[in-house]
Amino acid sequence: MRFIFKTDYDQDIRILKHSGYWWSYGILLAVLAALPFVVGSYLQSQVVFVLIYAIVGVALMILTGFTGQASLGHAAFLAIGAYTAAYLQKLGVPFIVYFPAAAILTGIVGAMVGFPALRLTGIYLVIATIAFAFIVEEILARWESVTHGNEGMRVRTLDIVGIPLPRDGEAFYFLCLFTLVGCILLALNLLRSPTGRAFIAIRDSETAGKSMGIDLAAYKVKSFAISAAITGLAGVLFAHKMTFISPEMFTLLLSIEFIMVIIIGGAFGVHGAVFGAIFIVMVDPFLTALKDDVPVLAAGIASSLGMASDAAGKLRDTMSSIGSAAGLKGAIYGLIIMMFILFEPYGLYGRWLKVKLFFQLFPLYKKATFKRQKTYVKSERNR
Amino acid sequence: MSFFTVDSISLQFGGLKAVDSVSFSVAKGEIFTIIGPNGAGKTSIFNLISRLYNPTSGKLFFEGRDITEVPPHQIAKLGIARTFQNIELFENATMLANLLVGRHCHATTQLWQEMLFLPSVRRAEKEHRHKVEEVIEFLDLQAYREKLIAGLPYGVRKVIEVARALCSEPKLILLDEPSSGLNVEETDDMSFWIRDIRSELGITVLMVEHDMSLVNRVSDRVLALNYGKVLATGTPAEVQAHPDVIAAYLGA
Repeated sequence: MRFIFKTDYDQDIRILKHSGYWWSYGILLAVLAALPFVVGSYLQSQVVFVLIYAIVGVALMILTGFTGQASLGHAAFLAIGAYTAAYLQKLGVPFIVYFPAAAILTGIVGAMVGFPALRLTGIYLVIATIAFAFIVEEILARWESVTHGNEGMRVRTLDIVGIPLPRDGEAFYFLCLFTLVGCILLALNLLRSPTGRAFIAIRDSETAGKSMGIDLAAYKVKSFAISAAITGLAGVLFAHKMTFISPEMFTLLLSIEFIMVIIIGGAFGVHGAVFGAIFIVMVDPFLTALKDDVPVLAAGIASSLGMASDAAGKLRDTMSSIGSAAGLKGAIYGLIIMMFILFEPYGLYGRWLKVKLFFQLFPLYKKATFKRQKTYVKSERNR
Repeated sequence: MSFFTVDSISLQFGGLKAVDSVSFSVAKGEIFTIIGPNGAGKTSIFNLISRLYNPTSGKLFFEGRDITEVPPHQIAKLGIARTFQNIELFENATMLANLLVGRHCHATTQLWQEMLFLPSVRRAEKEHRHKVEEVIEFLDLQAYREKLIAGLPYGVRKVIEVARALCSEPKLILLDEPSSGLNVEETDDMSFWIRDIRSELGITVLMVEHDMSLVNRVSDRVLALNYGKVLATGTPAEVQAHPDVIAAYLGA
């Protein structure tokens, strides 16, 4: 267990609180920097998706985790970012212009969604953001002169001042990594300044926030705008990674995946966004395995245990038809969310902190350390 | 014009008159207490002053300025801070973060500066921290800086709420039942602090309170309220001897 002797207020302002963090995050960054030269192209591609999802996770963490405003519309923000990139690239605008332009445009749209959201809370806000996502999806499908409708749009290879960054190359990986690190730093900077604290105040008690001088409307709009802008950046990277975008890629299921990123990761710290992104991107290979490998494996085990070969074949077919059933992904997502909310509301990052504390305190860890306390009655009258 | 004046203010919820043309004024440096049975309209008056409710009629004046139309988030900037009866702290944040939110009305940094955490933001943060530390010192909260509110006992939360209000450096502090839920010892501490807030920090105190021993110890003047109407105003002894007040509490 480490005890930090504090002699300066700067120690509380710092992002890395003590020298141990310099080491651990330094090593993590070194590993990430070396990664594309070590792993194969499939794994590198998966990691790029993790990075893109983590950027959206950071964005959603600011809006949902810190400001407490739920959103199921982030697929639409991603779409706006992606289509802005594709359209501007087609017009010949360079990357260094359309990358920030996508963020600004998405941020403005986010602020516009934020305004009606001022009067909505909880489930009603979720419904409003879903409605917004459907509107965007519909616009993308109908506005053919810009978006080519349901035919979709090709996105050419990313090009920074003449240097091409192919989607499978190391340079593209580093661009994604750089963007993620930048967004994380931005989020952490906000959290240690008045704006971030105002967000947290809005999440925990709007009434108290108001009487402490926080302009709820202004800060909710700011939170929406920042969150949307970051998602717009992710959208640009997403478009280049996919090389082809069409409206049906940005559905409600994608928004749900983004919400899952922060619920599974743990919606109380920026770490959660990264943990959740790793988890979500891993679900797909897992589902593929469930469809292809597990039935064969099960049939093999069954026949080696003495089952007749046609019965084992039947078992394999049944299992693979379950594995490839339509809607299985949604069902598994639903199950995972329920399990996390019931058994680990603090998500993977919360679990990580618990494991860490267990080893730090090793023989002295108390079982009920993280038991949630009953909260006292709060007045509902002022809402 | 006196320091703070409530001029025949009324608040109506449908057919119910929660506050019925109440008038009083508070002098600078005074400890003014509002008492009354449950549902008398005490907290409603506080919510009117902090602009969470809009009055049906009447006016509020603070330092000669009409604040009846000021939006709620600007009240703190004018120098009026408050606490809540049932504690409205930011539960999933540390005490330090809670107190720093109390400094919000003095925040001057812009969003883009904060995103990059420029030196000016760092400087402002340290200034806020200095002020917060003064309040921590004043209310003996040193042990809880890094603790999450959700894990702290009720008595401590009550003090932290007062601390958060003090962090905004108010001229007038509204305390909504500062002693509710506290034990005898904690109530004693609270009564000392309330007097210190007035005498050491020079902040005018307006409070709602049920504990009559605390009211007697600290108040300069008391206003008794029942069914939204003023029954009596005066020193604690005068108000307690008033026949209408006795009737309201004990039944005529």
